[in-house]
Amino acid sequence: MKSTITMAVGVAFMLHASLGVAQPPVGNAPLDRGKQVYDYWCLPCHGEGLGLPGFAELPGTQQLRIKYRDVAISPLLTERTDLVPDFVKAIVRQGVSFMPQFRKTEISDADLDALATYLARNNPATTPPAR
Amino acid sequence: MPAPPPGVSAAEFSTALRKFEVAVGEQWVFKSDEDAALYRDAYSPERNEPTERLASAAVAPIEVEQVQQVVRIANEHKIPLYPISTGKNLGYGGSAPILSGSVVVDLKRMNRILSVDAGRCQAIVEPGVSYFDLYRHIQEGNLEVWIDTPDPGWGSVVGNALDHGVGYTYGQYRDHFGSHCGMEVVLPNGELMRTGMAALANDASWADYKYGYGPYVAGLFGQANFGIVTKMGFWLLPRPEAYRRGTVSVPKRRDIVKLVEHVNYLENLGLIGMPGFRSPLGFAQAREPELRALVTKPGGPSDDELDRFAESKGLASWSVELQFYGPEKTIAGSWDYVQQRIGASIPGARFEEGAVYRFPLTAEQQAQVQRVHRLVDIGIPNMSIFAIAGGRTPQNPDSADGGQFYFAPMIPRTGEAILEANRVLGAAYRDAGLPYNQYFSAPACWHYRAFIMITSLPVSRLDPEINRRSRAAFQAIARVAAEHGWGEYRSPPFGVDLVAGAYSFNDHALRRFCETLKDAVDPNGIIAAGRGGIWPRHLRGSRA
Repeated sequence: MKSTITMAVGVAFMLHASLGVAQPPVGNAPLDRGKQVYDYWCLPCHGEGLGLPGFAELPGTQQLRIKYRDVAISPLLTERTDLVPDFVKAIVRQGVSFMPQFRKTEISDADLDALATYLARNNPATTPPAR
Repeated sequence: MPAPPPGVSAAEFSTALRKFEVAVGEQWVFKSDEDAALYRDAYSPERNEPTERLASAAVAPIEVEQVQQVVRIANEHKIPLYPISTGKNLGYGGSAPILSGSVVVDLKRMNRILSVDAGRCQAIVEPGVSYFDLYRHIQEGNLEVWIDTPDPGWGSVVGNALDHGVGYTYGQYRDHFGSHCGMEVVLPNGELMRTGMAALANDASWADYKYGYGPYVAGLFGQANFGIVTKMGFWLLPRPEAYRRGTVSVPKRRDIVKLVEHVNYLENLGLIGMPGFRSPLGFAQAREPELRALVTKPGGPSDDELDRFAESKGLASWSVELQFYGPEKTIAGSWDYVQQRIGASIPGARFEEGAVYRFPLTAEQQAQVQRVHRLVDIGIPNMSIFAIAGGRTPQNPDSADGGQFYFAPMIPRTGEAILEANRVLGAAYRDAGLPYNQYFSAPACWHYRAFIMITSLPVSRLDPEINRRSRAAFQAIARVAAEHGWGEYRSPPFGVDLVAGAYSFNDHALRRFCETLKDAVDPNGIIAAGRGGIWPRHLRGSRA
């Protein structure tokens, strides 16, 4: 997150304390990269933890808990065993309910591949990637 | 190949797209229908209708020189551009242009945090930096400054300020445009300009002093279309020693008048952050059939009737949550002063002491805070606000729809204005067939010298009738508001002309002045047609 900028910067910027680039850190293996993309873009809505005061969960987790109230599917994306990569990609690129779609400047096609691989890793029907 | 922008031939558009590819790299020009669709406004109230605002293509530069090249190419081929920062302005247009067929200039890749100087409490960032990004950068550096964050936290620091967005702490910080200091802009002719002290050839104080010398032109780049902002400086809060919250409740309906006067005094002196007005009676409606009967009876209830009901149930008519930031002893003294001041002025006022936090918080303490408070109150960005954006609820578990846009009129910061606005807007909403909490709605206090009587209107991905009803309501209610001197501070794209048109003093002198500027600095009309209700000359007959 807080990498140093190597390109030239103006004299004024040199006077300031710190520089950074705002983007998910770069991982190597697909699962590592997929988790990084998940943590950066998905976790703030779909992770564990409290929501607004009065809401027991974060908004994405809350929505999926209601959606899957009658079936044995986890409201947490990272615990799902039924996700397939193409479904993950479709939801990210099309959006659903109040979740907007994500552009390629936000999640590139390569990062979306990694994210889809990561979220489908627990599905026995998908082939895990080589580490 | 997407359809070209209005008035541009397919051959001309194709040539421009090829030049964009040379400027920014082929992979950063998005011209397939599938890619252009990623720029749709996810909360558009015109979804799937002929008027939905759609991009023809998008171009994503990574540095300012590329932005300049894109602007020059657009001038050469008369291509309308629409810049976005992170594209998260949901409820006010998202990542879509106002003029369909525009090429979106997507600045998300320009995501450098150029500086954070904790000693001078300032930062300089590019448009692709989100509040999350800046917050993480500060945390990782263990820097003793806070940001003032809006809801939700994934938006652009630059973009939010440029749309006059708002936050939650002290007034001078939660007005996000007001807390900016110095900007860099690519002008419509491709030239690069900086404002304030940043305009010095060798600036040493970009984010220290706003005005530099001469006219303050930075205001022209908020909610407008006179250039593409590529860097902005911002003032940050020093991390306070402590935070304290206290709630004041008053028994009678008309006590709101004095209560607002006291809270204004406290805020104007810099003693409190954003106040949060509520009506406990409003929350009681769901469980009190007697109260529901009162507010729905013909002619409505009198103030005395509401006061008698409140007294019979031991409820306050109004309350306000006050936030204090600063040295622990100082803010304890401020809370004591609040109790003395208001207690001596409003009979029956009650005071409830809230939690006190000391900073920095541990993770465990932060979790404790989150159980009772919004994290944005202490400068922590998050996404929790989406809990009230629609979607599935326990009462309506099968709703796969969601989203909203906003009607946000500014009214005077007085208790009388709250009561008057509720009366007028309540009738207007009723006429439009939509619900409004006429007796108990409280204002948002984001912009600290005025109240915002904001309401959300639902949008649907699935049901165009919901969208048509919401648009019609917005148009009708905005007209009623304008008749009473209340203008909106932001607008969804379909409403920009209606909202801007209400600012009509002296035969729209303000709009005519902006159009004169537009013609002078952007004669080809390529930058963000329609933004702020300002159209280039050749499109003035086709207002949104």
